[in-house]
Amino acid sequence: MTSVSSTSEFHHEHHFKSADHQYASSKQGIWLFLCTEILMFGGLFVGYLIYHSIYPTVFKNGSHSLDWKLGAVNTVVLLISSFTMAAAISYVQRGVHKLASIMLILTIACAGIFMVIKYFEYTHKFHVGTIPGKFSLVDPTCAAGGKRATCETKIAALLKDPKALEANHVHGEEITKLKAIISQPKWEMFYGFYFVMTGLHGVHVLAGMILIFWVLIKNIRRKVGPEYYTVVEGVGLFWHVVDLVWIYLFPLLYLVG
Amino acid sequence: MSSTQTKTTHSHVAHGDNYLNHSSGLWSWLTTKDHKRIGLMYFATVATLFLIGGFFALGIRLHLAKFGSTPLLDPDTYNKFMTFHGAIMVFMVIIPGIPAFLGNFVLPIQLGAKDVAFPRLNLASYYIFVAGALLAASSMYFNQVDTGWTFYTPYSTAKTGNGVILLVMGAFTMGFSSILTGLNFIVTTHKLRAPGMTMDRIPLMIWALYSTSIIQILATPILAITLLLLAMEKTLGVGIFDPDLGGDPVLFQHFFWFYSHPAVYIMILPAMGVISELITAFSKKTIFGYRAIAYSSVAIAAVSFLVWGHHMFVSGQSTFAGIMFSVITMLVGVPTAIKLFNWISTMYRGTVTFEAPMLFALGFMFLFTIGGLTGVFLASTGMDVHFHDTYFVVAHFHYVMVGGTLMALMGGIYYWFPKMFGRMTSDLGGRISWVLIFTGFNVTFFPQFILGAMGMPRRYFDYLPEYTNLNQISTVGSWLIGLGFLVGLITIIHGIVAGEKASANPWGAKTLEWQTASPPPHENFLETPKVTAGPYDFR
Amino acid sequence: MSWITSYPATTFMPIQATEIAKEVDLLYAFLIISSLISFVILIGGMTWFLIKFKRSSVDQKSAYITHNNFAEFLWSFIPLVIMMVIFYWGMVIFEKLRVPPTDIAAEIHVTAEQWAWTYKYANGKEFYSSANDPLVVPSGKATKLILTSKDVIHSFFVPTFRAKQDAVPGRYTQIWFEPTLPGDYIVFCTEYCGTKHSGMMIKIKAIPSEEYAAWYHAESKGADTPADKGKVIFAQRACASCHSIDGSRIVGPTMKGLYGNARKFADGSTAKADDQYLRESILVSTAKIVESYAPAMPLFQGQLTDEEVENLIEYIKTIK
Repeated sequence: MTSVSSTSEFHHEHHFKSADHQYASSKQGIWLFLCTEILMFGGLFVGYLIYHSIYPTVFKNGSHSLDWKLGAVNTVVLLISSFTMAAAISYVQRGVHKLASIMLILTIACAGIFMVIKYFEYTHKFHVGTIPGKFSLVDPTCAAGGKRATCETKIAALLKDPKALEANHVHGEEITKLKAIISQPKWEMFYGFYFVMTGLHGVHVLAGMILIFWVLIKNIRRKVGPEYYTVVEGVGLFWHVVDLVWIYLFPLLYLVG
Repeated sequence: MSSTQTKTTHSHVAHGDNYLNHSSGLWSWLTTKDHKRIGLMYFATVATLFLIGGFFALGIRLHLAKFGSTPLLDPDTYNKFMTFHGAIMVFMVIIPGIPAFLGNFVLPIQLGAKDVAFPRLNLASYYIFVAGALLAASSMYFNQVDTGWTFYTPYSTAKTGNGVILLVMGAFTMGFSSILTGLNFIVTTHKLRAPGMTMDRIPLMIWALYSTSIIQILATPILAITLLLLAMEKTLGVGIFDPDLGGDPVLFQHFFWFYSHPAVYIMILPAMGVISELITAFSKKTIFGYRAIAYSSVAIAAVSFLVWGHHMFVSGQSTFAGIMFSVITMLVGVPTAIKLFNWISTMYRGTVTFEAPMLFALGFMFLFTIGGLTGVFLASTGMDVHFHDTYFVVAHFHYVMVGGTLMALMGGIYYWFPKMFGRMTSDLGGRISWVLIFTGFNVTFFPQFILGAMGMPRRYFDYLPEYTNLNQISTVGSWLIGLGFLVGLITIIHGIVAGEKASANPWGAKTLEWQTASPPPHENFLETPKVTAGPYDFR
Repeated sequence: MSWITSYPATTFMPIQATEIAKEVDLLYAFLIISSLISFVILIGGMTWFLIKFKRSSVDQKSAYITHNNFAEFLWSFIPLVIMMVIFYWGMVIFEKLRVPPTDIAAEIHVTAEQWAWTYKYANGKEFYSSANDPLVVPSGKATKLILTSKDVIHSFFVPTFRAKQDAVPGRYTQIWFEPTLPGDYIVFCTEYCGTKHSGMMIKIKAIPSEEYAAWYHAESKGADTPADKGKVIFAQRACASCHSIDGSRIVGPTMKGLYGNARKFADGSTAKADDQYLRESILVSTAKIVESYAPAMPLFQGQLTDEEVENLIEYIKTIK
């Protein structure tokens, strides 16, 4: 296999016996770190499962209020990004730097699309009032001292105001869904989990974008290549885990109703 | 296996080059990748935090002694002292203390390696720790954390000020330091052992640090998500633990203790590793039951994940769950007992000397035995109903954390001091420090077992008159402890500055760190050692 | 405050005010004695070794002993057995502490808040720790307390009874005891709850059961019991349109004979119809659906106050 000549000169760290030794150790370290990421999200998943089983209707309604089509697009986008990431790693390993850069840029672009879609999802929720906790109330200070049941929610206020409904593009089917949502006590619980889980995931997508950009620079400067590609693989593995977490989030949040 | 030392290094070392004078200036320390220097930086930071935590402890005890006619502190201030004492000691002293300081220094050398697997990550761990500590400490300025170090909801979410968020995010940050250190140690142990050093030839200190690292990796992420959820609940009102929003306050306790119980084994396992080293070195005898001690460390790490509910017997948890947690907790006592028996058997037909490090090891044996036995009282559900949240629990955990971990840390400091600094401490200073700490500790905490049996609850700003005498005795003990640590601090500083020069192996021990110079060269060894036998062969 | 002096603390353990306290103390004595023996074996043995095997000369050699399978087995197995005995003994006592007897002479709702307690009796009378009211209970008979909290977690600890239970907001927990003799018994809050955590002590005043009966019925003149109030709510909220009280089936299960009996649910699980279950079913009916019924009941979370729920439960208890 011909490879574009790589001009990276690579010296392994002094405390390792060889480049292979360093590579194997680094991989082990990266996998251990990824285990901790999975455990952290795992804690959230366990919390989600517990509350889902206690309040099934709340979670069904909440899930219906999410646009599964947008979620599906996001899933496909992330899957594509995982593919482009893997391709990038492969190109770096073979010294095909220009294609590697293109693949890395495509990965970042996919991540960007994901974040943009999430932005639209989030802002719509803020406008409509399907948000957790005290900010779902017209007056956030109202809930203190166990008097929450008497406080007016933003959703209720919205449903009473035809002008606002128009301005936020809230129509027939969505109005029905909103009514169903606020008919259930403790409906905010679903959105608590939605925002924390997707929010934490989103933070990891952003971190991934930064890391992939960093690897892109390294590739452009030919600091990575067939002799040394550990950091590319490491970031790639991180990105795959981020994708994997979404693969679980999507059905649990969007499809389970 | 060939050594990768160069001729240059040889001649440097011949001129007395070691890691301390390898490069100079503050910047060379702050940007070091040398695990030895990083270990010492942790030492300085943790020691400072210990003094702050100790200040709060002395304040608590002075207040509780009721020597004057008016209380020393008002209730809110007392509750803040109580919180900061716990939070600082747990998150900033006892959890990082041995692994980040002694572990960082000793682990690579004991393995015959040049450094840990990821030196830059090691430095990053240190700075993450400092950042977390500063963030947590800033909550003292905002002055509103009075939840106790356990942050139970809904008090911490709904009823107290926003200082909690800072403290909790500080602990969250320090958690990452813990995870990354654990990760580093595991890969180092797997990948950087010297030729001939199989896993059944590594020192027991390494087995202890290795087991600890497993817990750090698996448990700390749960703390991370728990504290994050707590912060979210306070800032955004996301009601997962708030009953008003459909949440469950007891769920917080489950999440919290799922980390915090394994955390106490993060605290004690490295201490047990130190004790193994000290007892063999000062009995000049091979460790009794190497396999048993090694495997019991891993067993304790594994089982520690299954017992968290023993903190929650009266919380509203079901009777069945309580019983399950109780029986598994009893099981965890067995590997611990095995270690105690093995250590004592090591002394049998050994040739024992009583320098300061050994005194601290023996102090550990005495105090940890009491702490461990009283743990059995608390593991028994019927008994725990009476003792839960009383001073009996306070006495129990101080016996194991201070009488256990802190004693081992002190013993480890005196033991490895010659290796770290190339000088000897005054053994007399160490012994005086030990007498004061050991005596003071018992005077402070043994009465608290009695107070607990009598029913005095913990975290109490004020108490009934019949508890006064024992509280006063306890306070006097705390002064002895303070004095003991002061003597210790002076001894250590004096040793650094003016101690007599140390040889490579002043204790005549057998592990690899004693086969290199004191202090060691920058890359630990002149030539990569080749290992042909177990770590404690005194024949 | 003379009631403090009725709390003798002359021994390491408080007085044994209930039969169970005596059992707890027996286990405690066993634990102390076995700990002492273990301590003497371990530390005494260690001290003896330290004396006997003190290094006498610089080049003295130690023995070389790596392990001893038999000894290691013994000191693993024997502690294991002892710990299992302790576990079992503790479990037996725990069950007794947790499971109240069937003949309860008094059932009182105790609500904790920062920083006081409220006690509500079945006759409708309420008492307040903030008014220095004691918690009056009969001696020689069993009392059960249903605990909850209005704000944060508190805990109800009676050292002389060796009994303790957390009071958790948003749910009910329970504790029971039977003081053998009349007297005053102190109660501490023992879950940190803020500024006056150490300032919400109350006393339980146990009086002979005949006196208690007289006091109880005297108090009830002119007061609507919680069960009476619950009956009104049951009618006002149209519960009867789906739930009968005579055993017949309408839309939902009958209330007759419900309390205290086992329920089987659509997903196959079972539970006992206790206070916690009733509360949950009233507020969030979808959490557990009884076998063969549809999930048709509206949710009342946020529409009934805690007090109304308690009253309903008291009423349901009377439907036998």
